[in-house]
Amino acid sequence: MIEAKNLTKRYGDKVAVRDLSFTVGPGRVTGFLGPNGAGKSTTMRLLLGLDHPDRGTATIDGKRYRELTTPLATVGALLEAKAVHPGRTAYNHLLCLAQSQGIGKKRVSEVLDLVGLREVAHKRTGGFSLGMGQRLGLAAALLGDPAVLVLDEPVNGLDPEGILWVRTFMRQLAAEGRTVFVSSHLMNEMAVTAEHLIIIGRGSLIADCPTQEFIERGKKQTVLVRSPNAEELAEAITRAGGTVTRNDDNELSVEEMDATRIGEIASAGGHVLHEVVPQRGTLEEAFMALTRESVEYAGTGATQDADAPKSGGEAR
Amino acid sequence: MTATAARPTASTVASRASFAGLLRSEWTKLRSVRSTGWSLGLLALLYPSFTALLVGLTIAAWDDTAASDRELIVGDPTTVILGSGFLISQPAICVLGVMVIASEYSTGMIRASLLAKPRRLSMLAAKGMVLSLVVLAVSLVAAFVSFFIGAAMLSERVEASLGDPGALRAVVGTGLYLAMLSLFSLAIGAIVRRTAAGITGVIMFVLVLAPLVQLLPGKFGEYAHAYLPTEAGILIGQATQQEGSLLTPWQGFGVFGLWTAALLALAAFLLNRRDA
Repeated sequence: MIEAKNLTKRYGDKVAVRDLSFTVGPGRVTGFLGPNGAGKSTTMRLLLGLDHPDRGTATIDGKRYRELTTPLATVGALLEAKAVHPGRTAYNHLLCLAQSQGIGKKRVSEVLDLVGLREVAHKRTGGFSLGMGQRLGLAAALLGDPAVLVLDEPVNGLDPEGILWVRTFMRQLAAEGRTVFVSSHLMNEMAVTAEHLIIIGRGSLIADCPTQEFIERGKKQTVLVRSPNAEELAEAITRAGGTVTRNDDNELSVEEMDATRIGEIASAGGHVLHEVVPQRGTLEEAFMALTRESVEYAGTGATQDADAPKSGGEAR
Repeated sequence: MTATAARPTASTVASRASFAGLLRSEWTKLRSVRSTGWSLGLLALLYPSFTALLVGLTIAAWDDTAASDRELIVGDPTTVILGSGFLISQPAICVLGVMVIASEYSTGMIRASLLAKPRRLSMLAAKGMVLSLVVLAVSLVAAFVSFFIGAAMLSERVEASLGDPGALRAVVGTGLYLAMLSLFSLAIGAIVRRTAAGITGVIMFVLVLAPLVQLLPGKFGEYAHAYLPTEAGILIGQATQQEGSLLTPWQGFGVFGLWTAALLALAAFLLNRRDA
């Protein structure tokens, strides 16, 4: 269980995180979303005691990170930036971390197997690909078999196979009852991985809700209706409380009414229906809609309409 | 994915926080990067080699050496032997001391280290202890080997033995000085957090700035120079004191120790306070 209370962090006169409060519960993957520069990494650094908050507290199972005596057995963390000495072998990197907590050598070999790095265990990490580096970071996070995992952009730089591996892995860890808190700026990735979302923009909380609820909140449900009696049908739907937009002679976009109700109205009035298609909002669209005002670094040519770029922030 | 899996409330991997564990961790870090081998290898190699070279040159030029200079050598052969390879080898320790901490910042390793040990001062303490003990061991070997090589080469002109007044203390003191120098460099590295700046700063200070201070005029220059960390510290590596020396060897080493302690305290304060 992770708990952030009124976290505020400034760097110079720039506020990176502003009065942020949330809790992350066990047994599910919680996605931490926000455009680049929204304060995700900063929040994670505050949680992990690397940076000091100006105000507020961050606790893990009720304790501040600095109060943990063997932190790796409580929290496993993967940070976005590399945190290894390139001249050290993967095995020795993990060994020195394990030794600091009295964790045995056997566990070091176990986690190397777990992430599939056994073959390169005695190679210097300087020659590792981005994907291998991420695997090594995950191995370090798992060293102490922690109940809480904090992962900053774990799929960054991974190939599709690696992404699938991390995704399955995170779900499995959550299914074992662990708290899995994972940040990303890739909305669609979170749509298939996270059950719960915490979304921030410019350092402030925007949403804290189940993934499904967020998708629906972000985009109003629209139903596309095709009918040869479009005009009469539109009147009937409007009378029943729906909002109708005429697309062309035979096509309507209906809001604030679901497909079932539209079908009933059509049937009652004897109107012929060719198509009734609920338009499901994607997480990407929902996210764009919610964070549009809070994007920190917008491209100079970015437009404000719905055709704006589909990604939440520019990839670096 | 199994629905029946137990919900873990605690880790199944045994772990225990202890300072001994931290020392083991820092030892693994130290031995598993190449710069350690290079620095200590250079010290172990250069110190005796340069002792042999410079003592050899002294012997070769013996007949052309002024009587007053010969007197100095005969009067204190230990200092001549230990001093010959010393200047060339101490930068290796400066580099190692700075690298041990500053490279953690330049590579990002510091984040992994602090995640494993959020009580940052214990981490710094363990690092300092492991570094200084390893440097002490290697330096003692290098100093003793240099002494015996130099003494053997000088033997046709002057007898030098560990039994001479202050000789044993000077040989052991050379090791102590280098161990303290490693801590001094570690402190600078921890404060500066950049390898290039840290190494340049320490070496410039030790080899250039500190010795230059003795050129300052009058009493002020004399005192300022005597109490500079490395200038005071090296007294312990000299068998006999120069006339009019303001500090005894152990006092000098104490002054060096105080400087180092003050810098380490500043490093510790900043380590705790700054964002990593």
